[in-house]
Amino acid sequence: MFRVTRRYQFAASHRLHAPVLSDEENRRVYGKCNNPFGHGHNYVMEVSARGPADAETGAAVDPRRLDELVAREVLGPFEHRNLNCDVDAFRHLTPTSENLAVEICRRLKRSWSTMFPGEWPKLEKVRIAETARNIFEMDAHEIP
Amino acid sequence: MLITRKVEFSASHVCRNPRLSDEENQRVFGLAANPNGHGHNYLLEVSLEGDPDPVTGMVFDLKEMKEVLNREVVEPFDHRFLNHEVPPFDRVIPTPENIARDIWRRIEPHFAGRGGRLHSVRLYETPDLYVDYFGEQPCSA
Repeated sequence: MFRVTRRYQFAASHRLHAPVLSDEENRRVYGKCNNPFGHGHNYVMEVSARGPADAETGAAVDPRRLDELVAREVLGPFEHRNLNCDVDAFRHLTPTSENLAVEICRRLKRSWSTMFPGEWPKLEKVRIAETARNIFEMDAHEIP
Repeated sequence: MLITRKVEFSASHVCRNPRLSDEENQRVFGLAANPNGHGHNYLLEVSLEGDPDPVTGMVFDLKEMKEVLNREVVEPFDHRFLNHEVPPFDRVIPTPENIARDIWRRIEPHFAGRGGRLHSVRLYETPDLYVDYFGEQPCSA
């Protein structure tokens, strides 16, 4: 069994603000990330899939198929966008990197079988580095 | 506890299956099927798993680990054309998956029955693509 990981990058802006909290509480909880005008990051995302090597090709994952899926589901909709305004999932959900990792797992899982119709490979995890110091990892099996 | 040592090597390869036509190879492997080959700076991370020795405080002697990786991997692979010069890649397609598995087979005996058991081989083909191999496992995981 192999785990194959591909790294991608996208730049996007967001604002962390929970509508159920007061403005003051939001400032206390999120600090600078609550700035009303938002701010941006160069997100670095690693997508990992697991599977056995195919007997014909010697590859467990075709990176070009993974690229196509990630481009369609994540990079296209997120690149140079305001996550709060431009991505439906974040209209009413705070786009923390935790929630972003969950949303990306959901997006990849929902059309995974169109790109990888066989039993293998399976999506294993998504790892998001919001900055070089803040890293969030989501196990894809926890996403229905 | 895991301990990890990194080494690098540069090598060229071509990914083609001789049973497929030129057109099919191009479709399956893309640019990697270009017949004259191309190269990468591979980065290899090898992790051993074990408990620190009560006397030395070490899972495994990193100097010795470095010697094993240099002798078994860097020397045979560095600045070589894998398909032409490094068996089994005259008959096994040198995808990063197959290279990682071959490296596992080359180094695993040197760590077996010692303080640190080979846990994983991580091979970066580029900074944007890497493979982890954990040895032969059933496909249920």
